[in-house]
Amino acid sequence: MEYEATIGLETHIMQKTGTKMFCSCRHEYGAAPNTHVCPVCLGYPGALPVLNEKAIELCCKAGLLLGCAINPYSKWDRKNYFYPDMAKNYQISQYDQPLCLGGQLEVEVDGAMKTFAIERIHQEENAAKNTHVAGGSLVDYNRAGTALMEIVSEPCMHSAADALAYMNALKQIMQYGGISDCDQEKGQMRSDVNVSVRPVGQKELGAKVEIKNMNSFAFIEQAIGYEIDRQIAVLEGGGRVAQETRGFDADRGETFTQRTKEDAHDYRYFPEPDLMPVKISAEQVERWRAELPELPAQRRARYVSELGLPEYDAGVLTSDKAVSDWFEEAMRHTDNAKAVSNFIMGEMLRLLSGQGTAISESQVTPEKLAAIIALIDAKTISTSAGKQVFEIVFNEGGDPKTIVEAKGMAQVSDDSALEGWADEAIANNPKSVEEYKAGKQGAINFLMGQVMKASKGKANPGAVMQMLKQKLDA
Amino acid sequence: MADLNTLTLSELSDKLAAGECRSVDIVNDVLACIEERDGRIGAYLTLDRASALEQAQAADAARAAGACHPMLGIPVAIKDLINVKGQPCTCSSKILEGYVAPYDATVVSRLRAAGAVLLGRVNMDEFAMGSSTENAALGKTSNPWNLDHVPGGSSGGSAASVAADEAVCSLGSDTGGSIRQPAAFCGCVGVKPTYGRVSRYGLTAFASSLDQIGPISKTVRDSAILLDTICGHDPMDSSSIDLPATAFAAQLGSDPSLSGMKLGLPKEYFVEGMDPEVEKAVRDAVEHCRGLGAEIVDVSLPNAKYAIAVYYIIATAEASANLARFDGIRYGLRIDGKDPIELYGRTRAAGFGPEVKRRIILGTYVLSSGYYDAYYLKAQKVRTLIRDDFAEAFRQCDAILAPVTPTAAYRKGEKTSDPLKMYLDDILTTPINLAGNCALSVPCGFASNGMPVGLQIIGDAFNEEAILRVGHAYEQTTGWHRQRPEW
Amino acid sequence: MSNATQGMDVGYVAHLARLELTAEETALFQGQLDQILHYVEQLNALDVAGVEPTAHAIPVYNVFRPDEVGRSLDHDDVIANAPSAANGQFRVPKIIDQ
Ligand SMILES: [Mg+2]
Ligand SMILES: [Zn+2]
Repeated sequence: MEYEATIGLETHIMQKTGTKMFCSCRHEYGAAPNTHVCPVCLGYPGALPVLNEKAIELCCKAGLLLGCAINPYSKWDRKNYFYPDMAKNYQISQYDQPLCLGGQLEVEVDGAMKTFAIERIHQEENAAKNTHVAGGSLVDYNRAGTALMEIVSEPCMHSAADALAYMNALKQIMQYGGISDCDQEKGQMRSDVNVSVRPVGQKELGAKVEIKNMNSFAFIEQAIGYEIDRQIAVLEGGGRVAQETRGFDADRGETFTQRTKEDAHDYRYFPEPDLMPVKISAEQVERWRAELPELPAQRRARYVSELGLPEYDAGVLTSDKAVSDWFEEAMRHTDNAKAVSNFIMGEMLRLLSGQGTAISESQVTPEKLAAIIALIDAKTISTSAGKQVFEIVFNEGGDPKTIVEAKGMAQVSDDSALEGWADEAIANNPKSVEEYKAGKQGAINFLMGQVMKASKGKANPGAVMQMLKQKLDA
Repeated sequence: MADLNTLTLSELSDKLAAGECRSVDIVNDVLACIEERDGRIGAYLTLDRASALEQAQAADAARAAGACHPMLGIPVAIKDLINVKGQPCTCSSKILEGYVAPYDATVVSRLRAAGAVLLGRVNMDEFAMGSSTENAALGKTSNPWNLDHVPGGSSGGSAASVAADEAVCSLGSDTGGSIRQPAAFCGCVGVKPTYGRVSRYGLTAFASSLDQIGPISKTVRDSAILLDTICGHDPMDSSSIDLPATAFAAQLGSDPSLSGMKLGLPKEYFVEGMDPEVEKAVRDAVEHCRGLGAEIVDVSLPNAKYAIAVYYIIATAEASANLARFDGIRYGLRIDGKDPIELYGRTRAAGFGPEVKRRIILGTYVLSSGYYDAYYLKAQKVRTLIRDDFAEAFRQCDAILAPVTPTAAYRKGEKTSDPLKMYLDDILTTPINLAGNCALSVPCGFASNGMPVGLQIIGDAFNEEAILRVGHAYEQTTGWHRQRPEW
Repeated sequence: MSNATQGMDVGYVAHLARLELTAEETALFQGQLDQILHYVEQLNALDVAGVEPTAHAIPVYNVFRPDEVGRSLDHDDVIANAPSAANGQFRVPKIIDQ
């Protein structure tokens, strides 16, 4: 029998706010434990939450970036469950009236464009951090109550590749939009993955298995793959897939039963009396929309249509927001988009990955790259000399023009000098000359190489070619 | 003893302003009275004499330096569920054992700013759940009018301390009548302000959508002074309403005429099972107001009779979540277990008293899967009907007159075995919390057993001015509030 | 609300609320709570079709605070309140993932 998997994702993303969702404690990663805490985020008696305006804005902007409708009326609910990382033993969340409704994400999976539907985005608060030690656990509430939004997809994906493409696109958009850094190492992007399998042609979905709180894309891919295979095996064996929550054991690459349907939580949602509902006007939505940054897909299209870059270049440049922002900055200092693109895709990314540094920290600034390109375009240096200058600036810093002068890299276009090298090359390589004259066009390249060699790479290749042709064709 | 503790807040305020006494003198008299009487009353849970005297000295020094405020140097007793920085806040529960509040409630900050003396912490029903201060884990409180009787609750310590002259005034909290009922039982004045009038920040929550902090005092004017001091917008409480500063005390004149005012009389408020003596005292008070020039009109609150059912669903549901934080992890009592679940179960079993457990279970149940619509959502809808009733009534009158309770204070132990019977006594106070409007309780006589009876004056949302005016006029022209228990 | 007459499973609900009850407490509460639930059934008589629920007595909207850092608590005060602490953190029995 043929089977089809259905996958839905609930992705939690920590927003880039300065303070927590409901209190004015600083939102900072890596601070000493329990130093950014107050009566509110510790759930002290008498403390009350107050909404962080910035978090609401970021959540709604995330919604707009994903094509959601902003709910004109949304409200807050308490989700009750006891757990040491939840100071009040309820999480403030949004149950039936979230901030954002609907939406979609268009992504390329294995060369085909697919649209994945988003059901909703709601705002909630993060939990504290637990660490396990001998004989117990320790709780640090610095992260407790930080702003967390949950993006819920429709069950519309069918493979690990779909899920991965969706997550990558989501991450890219959140980074572009300035909503979140989505640093998975810091737990800023985590997903609950719902997987079910049914025979092809069956209408209703199979029993849903939820894999909780995954932050690594690689693990998500493994877990989905494992889970689809496992569920198919259960069905093939005539069994029934149990609706349950499973964990992922990264060492073994397997999922395992965590909680069955029978001991599922009863969250007892009810409206949060301490927080007032939020009404968002159409005017407010338009103000936010006007502030939205350009998304990767829009940028990609613009690079092709306005800058004349190949699709491939546009795709590489926009895949990382930092790279794309760097490119944008460079374009403010030069008109030669293709040259900038070539340098980024070639030298820059190669050297960066060798060093493991971020593009924003490179000693080659957008301005310096523009200067190098200007030197090439003015034919002051050859393209290969330009690459050398780039590497020098990348490793040691410095001003491109000064480097060119100090190292005598300026190329020679002066006819008398070129003529001497050309004559020498023709005289010393009669075989090549003969071949060329016999119609083997490529033979001229050898002569050209000889001239470049004699000039120590400083000869202007265009001028050399022209001169050689002139002499041989005469 | 100069007996300064027997005077009203406003009398003391005048004396302080005139230089006829010092705050230290007042605090000394109050402390002496507590020393003498509190063994019998049991109003106080904690009292820091040295700190009270220090605060009094600071107030006197501030006055000498030119500061003035009606509350400057006035000692206030605080119900033990309001957080005061550096002090325990037990909520009369074992579960908060060892907890020291690291912050001030907003009302406390305001009292401090006014120069009031924070006197000590007074007893209550555990987490404000109760009507007799018998559900208190850390001590029992008696009614100063008869030590065998309950002081009412949950702000029983607040009312008893004022009635026994062990405090000049006090702060209580009212979720379903917890200020008005003990004020009535102890012959004091108590005000449940409009929801959103007084910040709840720092008030340990029982039922968040119903709770309000308010004054308990010897006179209506005293309550107005206290209310002026503690109310006002607070950005730390999202339900706090941003309104212009109040001047309730300044608006109380000396002319007791009520002419031009329409006072409503709800027929549904003279309920079956009401003590005839209570009914008579209240009906006499109504006639008295008519005599002061008020026009008495009939109004109807047809859904008020559902208030108890609605209240005990909504209040317990909210409480079940509000009290979930008492889990033995971050503060308070902990009874260890092999895992967090066992730790929670044991800690909460040992820390909460039976009434709190009962309400947490009820509240958990009405929110649980499959029951939410039938209980909680239904209760919220009936709450709307109750609100609408009041809105309609206030189209016809400026304030409503009613009893506070069906009976005067009863003997200790009389109702402890039957929770439902105890709940039913809240029938006349809970509708106001559900609707969110304001009400006050003012003494209007005595039952034949010698226990005080209270008149409830109910106002529209944010119309405290009207109920204070009626209460003040009534009080000025009757002498009930001047009667004190004998010692 | 028809379910109410069947009574509540006090043991189950108490566990949801993380309250360990004794057998005596369970029996006592069972009777009292069934009685209260029975009383509450009077709401069945009311037709509330089309009535909006009231979650807040005084309706206001859009109460926000700016995203500005304020004062946090003194770490020592926080830990002083902890029934058990280690390394500046709250110590609890081993947490099993739920
Ligand atoms: Mg969530
Ligand atoms: Zn905080």
